[in-house]
Amino acid sequence: MSENKKWMPRWFYQLASPRWSYEIMGKLLPGFAVAATLLLIGGIIWALAFAPEDYQQGNSFRIIYIHVPSAILAQSCYMLMAVAGAIGLIWKMKVADMVAKSCAPIGASIAILALATGAIWGKPTWGSWWVWDARLTSMLILLFLYLGVIALHSAIESEATAAQSSAVLALVGLVNIPIIKYSVDWWNTLHQPATFTLTERPAMPAEMWVPLLIMVIGFYCFFAVSLMMRTRNEILHRERRSSWVRELIEKR
Amino acid sequence: MGKGLSKTLFQVENLFCERDERILFEDLSFNISSGEIVQVEGQNGSGKTTLLRILSGLSNNFEGDLYWQGEPLADVRDDYKRQLLYFGHHPGVKAILSPEENLRWYVAMHPGMRANSIADALDKVGLSGFEDVPCHTLSAGQNRRVSLARLYLSNARLWILDEPFTAIDKKGVAEKEQLILDHANKGGSVILTTHHELAMGDKVRRLNLDEMAGT
Amino acid sequence: MEQILTNERSDSAENTLMGLFWAVLKRDLMLAYRKKSDLFNPLVFFLMVATLFPLGVSPEPDFLAEVAPGVVWVAALLATLLSMDSLFRSDFEDGTLEQTLLSPQPLFVIVLSKVLAHWMMSGLPLTLLAPLLGVMLFLPAEGMSGLMLSLLLGTPTLSLVGAIGAALTVGLRKGGVLISLLVLPLYIPVLIFGTSAVQAAVTGLPLAGFFALLGAMLALGVVMAPLAIAAALRISVSG
Repeated sequence: MSENKKWMPRWFYQLASPRWSYEIMGKLLPGFAVAATLLLIGGIIWALAFAPEDYQQGNSFRIIYIHVPSAILAQSCYMLMAVAGAIGLIWKMKVADMVAKSCAPIGASIAILALATGAIWGKPTWGSWWVWDARLTSMLILLFLYLGVIALHSAIESEATAAQSSAVLALVGLVNIPIIKYSVDWWNTLHQPATFTLTERPAMPAEMWVPLLIMVIGFYCFFAVSLMMRTRNEILHRERRSSWVRELIEKR
Repeated sequence: MGKGLSKTLFQVENLFCERDERILFEDLSFNISSGEIVQVEGQNGSGKTTLLRILSGLSNNFEGDLYWQGEPLADVRDDYKRQLLYFGHHPGVKAILSPEENLRWYVAMHPGMRANSIADALDKVGLSGFEDVPCHTLSAGQNRRVSLARLYLSNARLWILDEPFTAIDKKGVAEKEQLILDHANKGGSVILTTHHELAMGDKVRRLNLDEMAGT
Repeated sequence: MEQILTNERSDSAENTLMGLFWAVLKRDLMLAYRKKSDLFNPLVFFLMVATLFPLGVSPEPDFLAEVAPGVVWVAALLATLLSMDSLFRSDFEDGTLEQTLLSPQPLFVIVLSKVLAHWMMSGLPLTLLAPLLGVMLFLPAEGMSGLMLSLLLGTPTLSLVGAIGAALTVGLRKGGVLISLLVLPLYIPVLIFGTSAVQAAVTGLPLAGFFALLGAMLALGVVMAPLAIAAALRISVSG
C-alpha cells in the first residue's frame, strides 16, 4: 500500500468493500426507516393541523412544509452525488460510484417535487402556475443538471466509464451551481424587483419553523432510506457473480 | 549497451480485467526485460488489444499493479510516456495533413525527437516523393507506413505495437522486423500483437492469453 | 539511447511549453482551414436562427429591438454548441487523440490551445458577424459595441465549457444531442450576463461591471475547464 493511503481511517477502506457496505447499510436501514416514518407523519400532522395560519396567505402557505424540505434536499443530494463521484474517481472506489449513480434519479425526483409544489403554491400566491421566480428557476436548472448526469450515464455502455464521466460532469456542475444561483438571483432582481417570497421573511414564529425543521430532518431520513435501498440493489446487481451474493440468493 | 539486457523494464502483477461481464484475464503476471521481444497471442476477443492499451496507460479499467523500471507506473508516468512508443489500431494519421505535417506534429508532441530526421524516416518507409500530398490520397498501407515512420524517429525504450504489419507488403514487413530486432539488440523492448508469421520467430517470447485466462 | 534523450531535452521548459502551444494551435487552425465546412456551418446556422425570430414572432422593429440582445446571444450560444461536437471527434476517430494522451507534454496546455483554436474558428467569427444580426434585428446603434464586447468575452467561456461536454461524449456515436443536454444548463450564467450587458449598453447604463463578471467567468474557465476536459478525455479514451 503506498504512502498516501495510510492516513485514511480504516472505515474508509471498509466502505470500499461492496459486501461490507451492503451489510452495514442493511443494519442502518430499519433505524432510518422508522425515524423517517415517525418524523414525516408527526411533522405533517403538526404542520397541517396545528401550525398557525399565515397572516397573508392563509392555509395555502402550508405547502412550504413539503416545498422547502424538498428544495433543500435536492441541493444537498447533488452535492452528495458530486462528492461520491469524486471519491470514486480518485480512489477507484466502486461503492462510491454506486452511491453517486443512485443519487441522480432520487435527486431528480425530489427536484421535480420541489418544482411541482412551488408551482402549486404559486397559483394562490401569484395567480399563475409558473412564475420566473429566482428560486424556482434555479431549481429548474438544477433539475436540468440532474437530467444531464442521468442522460450521460445511460448513454455510456461501460459501467466504469459511465461512472467516471458522470462524476466529472457532476463536479463541473457543482462548481457551476453557485455561479448559476448568483446569476439567476441577480437576473431576477433585474426583471422582477418586487417579488414576494415567504421563506425569505426573517421572522417566522417557532410554531411555524419547528414543524418545518422536523419535516426537513424527516426528508433527510427518507432520503437516506431510499438511497441505501437503491445502493444495495446496485451492489447486488454489480456483484451478482461474486460468491457472497450467490450465497445470499441461495439462502432465500 | 549489453549490460542492461537482463534488467526488468516493465512488470505486470495480478492484472485483472473484465469487459462486458466477461473476465478477459485474471492473475496475469509477467515481466518484460530490456532487449526482449514479446508477442501477445490469443484468439479474437481474447483481450490482446485491451492488454496493450492497459500497458500503454490508455485504459485504466483494470485491477492490478504495473511497474516501470521497478517503480509503480502511476508515480513515474511522465518518464514512462517519454520512453514509450505506442502504435494502435488507429494509425494516428490525420487524413487532411501530409505525411510530413503528421510527423512534425508527432515530434512536437514528443520533445525527445529530432525533427530534422523526418525526411529520412519517410524515405526509410518508402514514402519519399509523397511528403507533401494529403494522406487521404494515399492507400491504407501507405497511411500505416506514415505511422510506422515514427519507429525511425523515436528514442523510446519500450515499443507497444498492436498489429503493426496489417496492410503492409512483404518487403515492408521484413524491414520492420529487422528494425524491431535492431531495437531489441540495442537494449530496447518490444511488445506486439500480429497475425503474421514472424521470420524472427525464434527470438520472440510468446505470451498466450488463451492459456493464461485458464478457466 | 539514453544519451540521446538527455541531449534533446536541453530546451528551457517555458520555451517548449510555448512552442507546444503554438504547434497545436497552428495544426488545428490548419485543419480547420482545410476543412472549411466546419468553419462556415455554425456561421450559417447563426444567421438562420436569427432570421427565424422576425418570421416566427413579429417583424415589428420596436419588438425586435427589444428582444435583439437575447436573440443574438441565444443564436450565438446554439451556434457554438453546434460546432462543439467536432472539437475532439476527428482526433478520436483517427487515433491522434490517443497519441496526444500518450505524449509526455502537459495535456492542460494542449487542451487550452485546442480550445483557443476552436474559438478562433467559431466564437471569433460569430462575434464579427454579430453586428449584421444586430442590424437585421433593429438593435439600436448604441448597443453594438456592447454586443460585440460581450460576445468577445463570453464566447471563449462557451467554448471552454462546451469542450467539457465534447470531451465527455467523444467516445459516443451520438454525441451531438447529448452535448446540448450536458452543456446548456452550464451556459446560463454567460447568457444572463451577456444579454444584460447588451441591454445595459442600449439603455446607456455603465457596462464595466458586466464585462468584469464575464471576464471573471472566463478567467475561472481558463483555469478550471482544461482540468475537467483533460480528465474527461482520459476517461473517454479509456472506455
